Amino acid sequence: MHPSSRRIAHIGCGAGFAGDRPDAAIALVAALAERDGPRYLFFELLAERTLAEAQLRRLEDPDLGYATHLFAFLAPILRPCLTHGIPIITNGGAANPVAAARRLRRELESQGLEARIACVLGDDLGDALDDTADWLPADCPREEIVSCNVYIGAEAVTEALLGGADIVIGGRLADPSMVVGALRHAHGWEADDWQHLAVATAAGHLLECGTQVTGGYFADAGRKAIPDPAHLGCPIAEVGSDASLVLTKTPGSGGCVTEQTVKEQLLYEVHDPAAYLTPDVTLDVSRASLETVGPDRVAIHGIQGHPAPATLKGNLGLRGLWFGEAGISYAGPGAVERARLAMDILRQRLDDRLPALRPHFDLIGVASLFNDGSGEWLADRLQDAPAVEDVRLRLGLVDRDREAVELALQELETLYLNGPAGGGGVRRQLGESLRTRSFLIARERVTPFVTWP
Amino acid sequence: MTPDVLLADVAHARAGDKGNTLNVAVFAFERRHYAWLERHLSEDAVAARFGHRHPNRVTRYCLPQLAGINFVIEGALEGGVNQSATLDRHGKSLSYLLLGMCLPSPGD
Repeated sequence: MHPSSRRIAHIGCGAGFAGDRPDAAIALVAALAERDGPRYLFFELLAERTLAEAQLRRLEDPDLGYATHLFAFLAPILRPCLTHGIPIITNGGAANPVAAARRLRRELESQGLEARIACVLGDDLGDALDDTADWLPADCPREEIVSCNVYIGAEAVTEALLGGADIVIGGRLADPSMVVGALRHAHGWEADDWQHLAVATAAGHLLECGTQVTGGYFADAGRKAIPDPAHLGCPIAEVGSDASLVLTKTPGSGGCVTEQTVKEQLLYEVHDPAAYLTPDVTLDVSRASLETVGPDRVAIHGIQGHPAPATLKGNLGLRGLWFGEAGISYAGPGAVERARLAMDILRQRLDDRLPALRPHFDLIGVASLFNDGSGEWLADRLQDAPAVEDVRLRLGLVDRDREAVELALQELETLYLNGPAGGGGVRRQLGESLRTRSFLIARERVTPFVTWP
Repeated sequence: MTPDVLLADVAHARAGDKGNTLNVAVFAFERRHYAWLERHLSEDAVAARFGHRHPNRVTRYCLPQLAGINFVIEGALEGGVNQSATLDRHGKSLSYLLLGMCLPSPGD
C-alpha cells in the first residue's frame, strides 16, 4: 500500500449491554464481510454493577463469572468472523476472562472451528487489597468488598491483535478502549497520538451502546419517528487513517442514523464535553459538529484530543445493602383515593413498627418515575385531582437490615385484608443490592497484560 | 402574550447517569431555536425543574455547533443506581422531566 493512500477501518458493535438482542450481530457480521479493509466486531457487555455480580458468580463457581449471555452473542457469529478474518473483541469476560476463554475453546470445537484466543487481564485488583492498597477509599469496609476492577485502556487490546488474536476477551476494558485498540491496530496509531486516539474514542463512545445510536432509545411518537424499530441495525463506524469518522449501520436494517440520533449518543453519560476522561485519552467533543453525508451516514468533525489522565478509575463492588419492592393496584371509581389511603395506612404501620426504615412510596399512574423520596412530586400531582382510574401503590426500600425490609414488604401484603376496598395484584421482591464505589489509582500501579490461554 | 410551548415539541433529549449524578443533553430540533433554548434553559431554571430532587449543583455546557446543551445535575438521583429506592434507579426517564417544561413559545 502506498503510504499516503487513505485506508478505512470498519468497526461494528454487536451488543451495547449484557441484556441486548443476541441475534442483531448476525446481519452486522454479514455486512462487515462485504467490506474491504480492516474490519472488527466488538461486544460491550459490562456495566458497573454487572461486574460485581459477575464476581459473585465466580466466587460460587470458578468456571463462571463471565457475562451470562456471552455465548448467546458469540456462538452464531464465530464461523463467519473467522472465515472473513474479522477479529472479535469483548469485555464480556467480566470477572473471569480465562474461564470464558476455556468455554469458548469448547464452543469452537463443537462447531469444528479453530481460533487464536487472547485474554486481556490486569484490571482485577481483587488480590491486591492488602495494607499497601492506599488508593482504597478510607471509609470503605474491606469485608464488604466483592470486586475491585480498574478501567483499562487500549494498549493490551492492540497487543493482542498484533499477536494475531482472532478473539480478544477482557474484563473491565473501558468501553471505547475496545475500539481504540482495534483502530491502533488498523492504523498503527501510537499511544500518545492524542488527536487520533480522540477520534477513535469518539467512535467507540458512539458505538458502545449499540443501537442507541441507530434509533434505539430514541423513538417518540409524533416527534421522532424511527423506521422498522423492531429490527434496529447495529452501528458501524468507518474510521480513516486520516482520522475521518463516519457513523452508519447494517444496510437493510431498521432504525436510522441521523444527526439527531448521533447527537444524543455523543453526549450520553458525558459531563464536561471538553474533558471526557478515558484510560487512553481525554476526549473533547466541545467543538464537534455533524454532517449528513448520505442516507444513514453521519460524519463527525471537530473532535479534539488531550493527554490521558495520570490516574485510572476503578470501581469497588460492595455488599451489604438490600433492595425490596412491593406493589398493590387499585382501579375503577375512586382508585386514586383508595390507593392514597392505602399509602397512608402503610406509612403509619411502617412508622410504628419499623421506624428506622426510609420507605419510598409511588403511585404508579399518578407519580412514580419522576417522584422523590419525600413524595414532594407526588403530593403536587395529587393536588391536581388526577383523572385516572388505574393506579398502583409501590413501596421501595433500600437498607442494610434485610429482615426489616422483608417485614415492610409483608406489611404491604397485609393490605389485602386490612387495606382499602378492591386492592389487587400484590407482588413483592427482595434481593441483594450490590453497590459500587469509584476510586482513582495512579496508572503506573496497574499493569494490563495479554495471555494466550 | 406569547403562547406556551412544551419543550418536547421544540427539543429532544437523552439522560445518562454516573452514580448520583444525572446528565441530560437537550438539542433543538431546529437550529434556529438554539438561541431560544439557551435563553430559557438556564442553570437556575433546570435546578428549579428538578427542585423536588434537591440537586446539589447544576452545571450547563453549551454546544452551539450541535444546537444543544448538556446539563450535569449532581445529587438528583436519590442516591443513584446503587442506593436509590426509586422505580427508575438510573434516572433514565428524567430526560422527559426536562422535556415536560412549559416555556414561552419561540414564535416560529
